[in-house]
Amino acid sequence: MLIIDKDKCTGCGECEEVCAFGAITIKDDTAEVDHDMCTLCGTCVDTCPSGALTIEGKEERGVESDKADWRGVWIVAEYRLGKIFPVTFELLGCARKLADKLDVPLSAVLIGSNIKQFIDELIKYGADRVYVVDHPGLDKFLEQPYSNVLVHLVKEYKPEIILAGATAQGRSYIPAVATMLETGLTADCTELDVRIEDRALLQTRPAFGGNLLATIVCPNHRPQMATIRPHVMKALEPDESRKADVIEVKIDDSLLETSSKVVDSIVEEQTGVDLANADIIITAGRGMECKENLSLVEELAKLLDGAVGATRAVTDAGWLSERHQIGQTGKTVSPKLYIGCGVSGAIQHIVGMKGSDIIVAINKDPDAPIFDVSTYGIVGDVKEVLPKLIDKIKKERGL
Amino acid sequence: MRFVVCIKQVPDAASVRFDPEKGTLIREGVDSIINPFDLNAIEAAVQLKEQVGGEVICISMGPPQAEAALRDALALGVDSAVLLSDRAFAGADTLATTRTLAAGIKKLGGADIVFCGKQAIDGDTAQVGPGLAARLGLNYATCVSELEFKAEENILKVKRAWEEGYDILELKLPALLTVLTCINTPRVPSLKGKLKAKKAKIPVWGTNELGLDASLVGLSGSPTQVVTTCVPKFEAKREILEGEVDDQVNALVERLKEVGIL
Repeated sequence: MLIIDKDKCTGCGECEEVCAFGAITIKDDTAEVDHDMCTLCGTCVDTCPSGALTIEGKEERGVESDKADWRGVWIVAEYRLGKIFPVTFELLGCARKLADKLDVPLSAVLIGSNIKQFIDELIKYGADRVYVVDHPGLDKFLEQPYSNVLVHLVKEYKPEIILAGATAQGRSYIPAVATMLETGLTADCTELDVRIEDRALLQTRPAFGGNLLATIVCPNHRPQMATIRPHVMKALEPDESRKADVIEVKIDDSLLETSSKVVDSIVEEQTGVDLANADIIITAGRGMECKENLSLVEELAKLLDGAVGATRAVTDAGWLSERHQIGQTGKTVSPKLYIGCGVSGAIQHIVGMKGSDIIVAINKDPDAPIFDVSTYGIVGDVKEVLPKLIDKIKKERGL
Repeated sequence: MRFVVCIKQVPDAASVRFDPEKGTLIREGVDSIINPFDLNAIEAAVQLKEQVGGEVICISMGPPQAEAALRDALALGVDSAVLLSDRAFAGADTLATTRTLAAGIKKLGGADIVFCGKQAIDGDTAQVGPGLAARLGLNYATCVSELEFKAEENILKVKRAWEEGYDILELKLPALLTVLTCINTPRVPSLKGKLKAKKAKIPVWGTNELGLDASLVGLSGSPTQVVTTCVPKFEAKREILEGEVDDQVNALVERLKEVGIL
């Protein structure tokens, strides 16, 4: 907990000012902390000019030894439905910079069945090394076999950093892997960097539903693990000339034992454009007022060959399925054009779409937070604006 | 059968606002609620109990005020509740949290099925469910949208969602599930439930009761730690298109044509 040394405290109030959680107040010229509000983030400790603040249990955990036997940056390829998903190449793009800074190889871990065909692509997009575990028992993704295999590889080859996609699959088994390795894992990182002095991975992610950005480290445990959502990082340009070594790892069948089984895998028919790949996304917010009005959003999306997105308010109301949801509890997107229709711009939604190239907001509330992140804003009633927009675009197209 | 539901009391994220002038989160007037996904977890457990018999126990790791969330759970048909609370648990990341929750579930005598929500809306990591399953050695599935218990075979048949569709999995018990909001509609507390909740005793278990070393829980037991926090800044053009609706629409279409999107 936060300890205030009353002898050192001058009541200057720097800590009160910098505390994002309102946990510190100055009373009678001394700082006082509300322990229930305090999140132990330590920002005040760093700020205090008199060194009057310490966090019990935290000061011993300073810059540790650099864990010399753990070296190398790994990314875990997302293999499922018989292919490698794009987030894999985004991970390589991000990890390449980290590996270069740390002066260590970047390895891709490829776990699945009949997967040697993907090795070349992983190399082209940045890998110096590929670890391959190719086994028919790994054809369908299941938590325990994949976790056991990855844990086995980590214990054998000791990477200092592992990055994986924060996809449904990654979010399902990577936390189990981190737990089995008794190490730290940070989810949904939006930025990654390394601090050379102690080789610490600086992991930045939204916190408090997106109201704050927190930077997190894992000083004393290895590997340092982080997941990243699709559409957050960028893949490198492919380099046909890159050379890499390939390590095929044979595993004991016992690693694949599980009393769970996949009975069936169903790919659902996409009606309309898939959110994940869309260049244009038209999003419905609560301001659309009712399910029937969503036809305007759907018509605009169809006209522009775009996908339909939704805020949590819309999916909670049952107007659209969770598949359309964009935001903290939904998907992250980065289309060329995002049009928010009746979207207020709650921060939990913004974090899911702020990477869009052009953001257009249509909302009748001029104070709606979405206008703060928009390229272009129209203050108006979506029921009036959307039909006119649709007509105008049709005219432009000669329809 | 014993069903354990792990719940978390969270600030209602929809009403948490940032005051850019003061540089603080405005937490006055922000309600504490049961994490929305956990309401679906409670409902799933209670429905299953009503179907096959057994007991539903709700546990939560949190500060003393989290007791209110457990009372709300009791009003929803949960049979009993335990609060895992200790100053030593504060500042826990997901690894330390699962250590504490696992100890709590072990002290209860284990579970046939552990129900969790997909993620907490304040942390948003979705890590506790899978981590807890790993600690307890349970078969598990995340993002469950449908479930069916096949008693004769002691198997849970579930629909687990991923981006392009879903898997149908069969998990041999004991198992852990993390659920989506679409799995069910949480019931409203009954009057009988509220009265029962008011009178219920909710034991509080700390490091002593759980036999946990303080260095392995809370901040001390967390491999990850926050080093800085800051307010996210958004760069944006913020051009408001003026005039009547026709003017606004024309201006927008012009701009989109200029950048080649239309």
